[in-house]
Amino acid sequence: MDKQKETFFDHNAARAARPEAVDEMSRLLLDGFGNPQSVHDRGQRAAEKLEKAREKVAALIGSDPSGIIFTATGSEANNMAIKGIARARKKKSPRVIISAIEHHSVVIPAESLRKEGFELVTLPVDRTGLVDPGQLDEALSEGAAVVSVIHASSEIGTIEPIEELSMICADKGVPFHTDSWAAAGQIKIKLDDMPVSAMTIAGQNFGGPPGAAALILKKGVPMNRLIEGGVQERNRRAGQENIPAIAGMGVAARLALAELDETAALLITLRDRMIKGLPGSIEDVILTGHPEKRLPGLASFCVKYIEGEGLLLFLNQKGIMAASGSACTSRSLKGSHVLEALGLDAATAQGSIVFSFGPENSAGEIDYAINEMKPVVSRLREMSPIYREKKDGSL
Amino acid sequence: MALYSDKVMDHFMNPRNVGDLEKPDGVGEVGNPTCGDMMTFMISVKDDRIADIRFKTFGCGAAIAVSSMVSEMALGKTLDEAMEITNEMVAEELGGLPTNKLHCSNLGADALHAAIEDYRKRLETGEPAEVPELHEVKRSGKDKQCPYCDADIDASSMLCNSCKTSFDTCPHCGKIADRSREKCPHCGASIHKHG
Repeated sequence: MDKQKETFFDHNAARAARPEAVDEMSRLLLDGFGNPQSVHDRGQRAAEKLEKAREKVAALIGSDPSGIIFTATGSEANNMAIKGIARARKKKSPRVIISAIEHHSVVIPAESLRKEGFELVTLPVDRTGLVDPGQLDEALSEGAAVVSVIHASSEIGTIEPIEELSMICADKGVPFHTDSWAAAGQIKIKLDDMPVSAMTIAGQNFGGPPGAAALILKKGVPMNRLIEGGVQERNRRAGQENIPAIAGMGVAARLALAELDETAALLITLRDRMIKGLPGSIEDVILTGHPEKRLPGLASFCVKYIEGEGLLLFLNQKGIMAASGSACTSRSLKGSHVLEALGLDAATAQGSIVFSFGPENSAGEIDYAINEMKPVVSRLREMSPIYREKKDGSL
Repeated sequence: MALYSDKVMDHFMNPRNVGDLEKPDGVGEVGNPTCGDMMTFMISVKDDRIADIRFKTFGCGAAIAVSSMVSEMALGKTLDEAMEITNEMVAEELGGLPTNKLHCSNLGADALHAAIEDYRKRLETGEPAEVPELHEVKRSGKDKQCPYCDADIDASSMLCNSCKTSFDTCPHCGKIADRSREKCPHCGASIHKHG
């Protein structure tokens, strides 16, 4: 295959680290190495880097630095919050409440808790992916150890009313966790202005390296440790801190905060061009998620009568890289529980395609992708036995 | 490393024998869009041999490549020979398929056999083959019932409002299934919690 320009629309999966973050990391790896637990100067310089990074990350989400617990990944932070808070509060209430559109790193830990004897309640969402605060209120009438509702879905883009949801939980004295990894760096977050007890973020999503993420836990929220064997992170998470990655995350957080409005405005332009352009060019393409309350950098659709993996493979031949929630693209071959929760029929959900944009994308790339999708979709539909039926007027 | 072998990609990108036959002698269909993959095969038969073959497939890259390969393997064969083509042979001919795709996408031989059986049945009855009935693509949630208390459940819900249980779906057909059971009551797939 000829070498061609890559049109990368899968920033949910991975994105380039900021060069400033990489510079800082390579300095620390080569010359600035040190273990913050060491008494000597080298160790203490590393400890200083760690605390500086904590301040920068805290600033990005408007929180007190002391609440930040650095982890390796967002999945680790989610596991830590769900299992850790629920187990610490099991005697108060052996119930866990999550939404139907959580990431697997919330769903599976919640399932594990069910096996431990917790009752698991899953809140439905409406057609746009929104959780109903009234339903949370009702579900809380029997109490809960912890509630977790995703801040913004990376699959459908919907931004949940976390301020309102957290207030309902605060009224009942129940800790509220939110998974903000897709939201941090794209929308303004003022964590300390909301009664959110715990929040997950990941550095890679705003230009940090992979391998650095955080759980932010407010003072007074009880949480059992997930990883034991050391006093790091104020005795919350054992294991030597990944100082280079954490420092890189700190640099990225500082830049992301400084450029937040500008980045969001650019991403919204790209997103809206795709949201307007794609269904306008190809019939029977439906937008998934909320039409307005959505992540700046995410456009998600279902292309009816075809399956997403074939679409991704054809687009990849044109250098266009995107994602899909179709069952065929998941390792386990399970359909997306998020699309199912929207009430989409399984055949439509199979045509899922998700574009997640980054600041280096351009309007020209959106137009290119829309243009290239037209013949690919026609071709797959010509091959599809359910499209023939559509033309016969049965759908 | 690529997801699929070069041969699979070739059959996916340039599928052979796609489309419909105007007057098929036999029609076979397996799977349904709700399950993920669906294949429709049409054959025309002359002197007990497959004289022409066409397929249409809704499914992933592997499902399309499998259909194309089956059509190529079957064309020109006697019906008895074609009946001996197995899904395993198709996967082998394609240079292998990813393990997780071996069962779900590799239905091509089944669809071919269904078309041949359809033809043979019509030889007995003398009725012409029919292009398959139009499929009704159902809203998956419309007829949901809670597997624990049998109450009706809203289409978009993952929670039973009656007994307040959240529930699982069958990974194969997407319908609600109690995962403590061995098999899905709707499609018969074995249900492994961490499959």
